Amino acid sequence: MSLVSDTFRSRELLANLTRREISGKYKRTALGQLWSLVNPLAQMVIFWAVFSFVIRIKPAPGDPSGLDIFAVWLLCGLLPWAFFANVVNNGMASLVSNENLIKKVWFPRLVLPVSSTLAVVVSWAIEMAVLTVVLVVVGGRPLVWLPLVVVAMALLALFSLGVGLMFAVLNVYFRDTQHFIGILMQAWFYATPVIYPVSYVAKVSGETGALFGSVTLYDLYRLNPMERFLEVFRTLLYDNRWPPLDSTLAAFGWAAAALALGLWVFSRHQRRLAEVL
Amino acid sequence: MNAAVSVEGVSKRFRVYHERNQTLKSAIMRRRRAVYEDFWALRDVSFEIPAGRTFALVGDNGSGKSTLLKTLAQILYPDEGTVRVNGRVAALLEVGSGFHPELSGRENVYLNGSILGMTRTEIERKFDDIVGFSGVEDFIDQPVKNYSSGMYVRLGFSVAINVDPEILLVDEVLAVGDAAFQDKCAEKFADFRREGRTVVVVSHSMPSLRAMADQVAWLDHGSLVRTGDAGTVLEEYLDSTRQGVRVDESGRVRWGSGEARIDRVDVVSGGRTTDVVRSLAPVTLRVHYTADEAIPNPVFGLAIESHDGVYLWANNTRDQGWHTPRIAGSGVLECQVPALALQPGGFSVLASVVDETTTHVYDYLRDAARFQVTHGDLHESGGFVALDGRWSAPGEGAS
Repeated sequence: MSLVSDTFRSRELLANLTRREISGKYKRTALGQLWSLVNPLAQMVIFWAVFSFVIRIKPAPGDPSGLDIFAVWLLCGLLPWAFFANVVNNGMASLVSNENLIKKVWFPRLVLPVSSTLAVVVSWAIEMAVLTVVLVVVGGRPLVWLPLVVVAMALLALFSLGVGLMFAVLNVYFRDTQHFIGILMQAWFYATPVIYPVSYVAKVSGETGALFGSVTLYDLYRLNPMERFLEVFRTLLYDNRWPPLDSTLAAFGWAAAALALGLWVFSRHQRRLAEVL
Repeated sequence: MNAAVSVEGVSKRFRVYHERNQTLKSAIMRRRRAVYEDFWALRDVSFEIPAGRTFALVGDNGSGKSTLLKTLAQILYPDEGTVRVNGRVAALLEVGSGFHPELSGRENVYLNGSILGMTRTEIERKFDDIVGFSGVEDFIDQPVKNYSSGMYVRLGFSVAINVDPEILLVDEVLAVGDAAFQDKCAEKFADFRREGRTVVVVSHSMPSLRAMADQVAWLDHGSLVRTGDAGTVLEEYLDSTRQGVRVDESGRVRWGSGEARIDRVDVVSGGRTTDVVRSLAPVTLRVHYTADEAIPNPVFGLAIESHDGVYLWANNTRDQGWHTPRIAGSGVLECQVPALALQPGGFSVLASVVDETTTHVYDYLRDAARFQVTHGDLHESGGFVALDGRWSAPGEGAS
């Protein structure tokens, strides 16, 4: 596919744009790169305060790790979710905000959303490294699972890029997209077991029974790709065991599908970007 | 001869939106994206640009020349036809696009260089050239948002021109920076041409096009009017755009509103009107004019072109501080040249009379006079200008 090989050929440009994104973002701030850690941590503290004191949510202890710390459990899901949300948001804006570049210079357009994704990957990798240290400190054994975590991270990155690509193109045609995405991401956040365990949904679903035929609420719930990704991350990091096969395959499938669809949409529209922007 | 660029039957259509739906609401309400009309910015344009030539695209505003240039740069894609480009292309459509204001000049050179397709090693190799050319050495580690607009543009231009392309596309960016920087740019373009690279330029500046271009494509409302030799096509294009262009009874091309007219210009040398002048001899250009009505503060101008149309010299009364308060009826003005610094060859004199702001042309006469320059005492070997250079060997007692 020429789209991908063109982008690979401009890997230096990719590296430079990624660097621009990273170092430009925190220029002239006292904390600099630390800000990328502050945000998820602050979010964690807020959720932890609300959901372990006020709305007492109690996820099952890690099995077999035995971990039983809500804040850590929360982080294991919150960091991948925040990564996904950031990639989609930044990727969506990547074409519109580089309008002047697209109109004046030829280069593989795919470089823009990919570099914005890579910039988020870098800060996410730092966050995940910190999380790993925390897990070790509180008595988990995440280190042996790290290679698999990296694979899962790669899959989630590809999935997020694919989704971001579609919205990036859509946003060029309809600037409403960015506002719509704000609402969509909020709904998606609550439809994903970030701040509550999946077992709560299973319980509600069991009480309601089948919705139509043999399809239950739980079956529908599990169609959410992010639910699968979060399950993979939590079993690897919090429980320290092999993730269930079906969710692993689902993660592969979703990543491949989203990326293929994203690239297809992007390749169909990239030539016209300079005109419609 | 290989074509550096070949354009075959290229058409480009834009949609002119009457009501463009850039919001989802309007798209859904009308159940379609927009109401539009097609507008053909380019229509079936074909030509070839031979390698190693400087090729100009001319035409009025909206003629499609910038669209065509963007099509050559692969920023826009033709709806019909093909553009084939043989060689590495760099486009100077806007300089400094992609600079990040918070990053330093140095970081931006690397960033911008890679956007324009340079590799890291290439940029490292040329870094000193780029910075030296731009003249912002002292500020290279400052964030570019602290740069003056001139510095910003100069740095952007320096990166772009050092891309080392085989084909360079230029859109009106020759007019950046101060006079000294423009000279540097002109020199760089001259180097490009000498090295046999292809330059495609869009410009409104006729003097620079006359000086640079070998070949010209003239576009009008998206269609190709003519391609050919720069000298001919540029004149034809210019003649078509001048108001009141006409050929007078002696076959001379002139234009202008006509309240005052240049009757003729005499070339006076050695005390008599002549058409043969010795190189480095004193010469007087005597301008005969007639004003049908009283004209306050007119400005008279003279210019010399070589026989092949190279613009060599110009001079007007305003710049010289020679003030004519008012003209009416016929009269004569003289411009004295102490030594005609021209090499042997054929030359033509252009004369004009314009208003004091130099924006309104009363009369502009091409070929107001023609003259030949002969060797005289000059012993130089070629070119246009006579500098009367002398050789010596310092240290060997030469006087």
